[in-house]
Amino acid sequence: MARPMDEIRWQDLEIGAAVSEHGSSSEYKTGTWRSLRPVVDKDQCIRCGVCWLYCPDVAIKQSEDGYFEADLEYCKGCGICARECPVGCISVVIEEF
Amino acid sequence: MAKERKGIEVSLAIAEAVGQADCDLISAYPITPQTHIVEHLSEMVADAHLDAEFVPVESEHSAMSVCCGAAAVGARTFTSTSSQGLALMAEIFFIASAMRLPVVMALANRSLSAPLSIWNDHSDTMMVRDGGWIHVFVENGQEAYDHVFWAFRVAEDPAVRLPVALNIDGFIMTHMIEPVDFEDDELIKRYIPEFRMEKPLHPDNPVSMGCFAMPEIYSEAQMTRERALVDSYATCVKAWEEWAAVTGRQYHPVETYRADDAEYCIVTMGSLGETAMAAVDELREQGEKVGVIKIRLWRPFPFDDLYRAAAGKHTLIVLDRAISFGGPGGPVALELRSALCNSPQAPVVVNYVAGLASRDVTVEDFKAIILGGKAKSAEGDVAGFTFYGLRG
Repeated sequence: MARPMDEIRWQDLEIGAAVSEHGSSSEYKTGTWRSLRPVVDKDQCIRCGVCWLYCPDVAIKQSEDGYFEADLEYCKGCGICARECPVGCISVVIEEF
Repeated sequence: MAKERKGIEVSLAIAEAVGQADCDLISAYPITPQTHIVEHLSEMVADAHLDAEFVPVESEHSAMSVCCGAAAVGARTFTSTSSQGLALMAEIFFIASAMRLPVVMALANRSLSAPLSIWNDHSDTMMVRDGGWIHVFVENGQEAYDHVFWAFRVAEDPAVRLPVALNIDGFIMTHMIEPVDFEDDELIKRYIPEFRMEKPLHPDNPVSMGCFAMPEIYSEAQMTRERALVDSYATCVKAWEEWAAVTGRQYHPVETYRADDAEYCIVTMGSLGETAMAAVDELREQGEKVGVIKIRLWRPFPFDDLYRAAAGKHTLIVLDRAISFGGPGGPVALELRSALCNSPQAPVVVNYVAGLASRDVTVEDFKAIILGGKAKSAEGDVAGFTFYGLRG
């Protein structure tokens, strides 16, 4: 697993700031950007996965029961999932941290 | 090619040198006065005299992008441009050094527009002064030929891994036919080892280059660039020493002429240094204690070499061939004033801007500049700069 950025000294960087350790972007938590939060109404959800497909940040995960939910560590609250949901089961609410 | 002295246009000598360096990829877009360099390289590739990819592109932005991609997979890479082409290339120019890709570029120095000018000064290279590249200036065809090899030798050294801009004065050098001592291919092969990229782009060992950086890491990434460029000084000098050992031609970061006992020195970069030497010879005959200081290595800036050259001098008269508009003078004078301002007994720095867009700076002009600088120093008229030869 990649180290958190704020622990890396300049001497630790690879030449040209290249990254040969994969998955380091997982350390980049974009969830704090969010001002809106998607909320799924499971009664209406048909578990089609369109929200998962459209999420530009790959922040939507499928849980064991087959429903889809945003990972709030990464979800920026863009609302694309709510816009694209064919049954309109996702609403966006004001986020309060 | 065997060791041989040839009368040759300097642009063609540079192209032949790139061929002798066994370059793998050349990508360029034609622009005056650089055109003959890549034109000749395209002929060499087309005629199978050079086993390389020649990638013609639709812009300099693409030329540098192609070079970056090629260097990233471990290819020996060359391009050449001037003026507006460099301006269009600028975005990728900075990226090449940040990603530590050892591209070598012959930068045939030409004025920036507007007004449109195809002639020579240093306004183009000064635009990318802070681009993180190694910058070297040469004075004649032999130096240009020699420094092609030096540039590859330094750029690709595992301790350096930075792009190198070989600054050659447009027309004054690119279009001159000069005697050039060519070295034989075996010597060149020994001087420039095969380029081995530590972690090239390769599907077997994936690596991401040019990644996004958050505020938490951007400063650290910039520090690695700063340190790499400063530390490259040692390899620059070592590569000159190695070249001297095999050819007898020795170069230094800062070079002087009749400067040991001089009180007043004219400071130049590039091809005008030879005219300055002639002017100093004439002034010496008149009893003036004058000399020349020539800056060959512009980045990394050779502070200690400058301090040694400037020690004991009363006044340095800096000839700049570009202007920092609205600033304190030309870029070279600005640099020298900054470098010297805290040293004890620092010489006075007087700044002239001359030779823009190839306006001649003759021996007589140099004499007038040196004596004018001496007078200004005596009067304390040393702030800013003087536009030499300006009408009005």
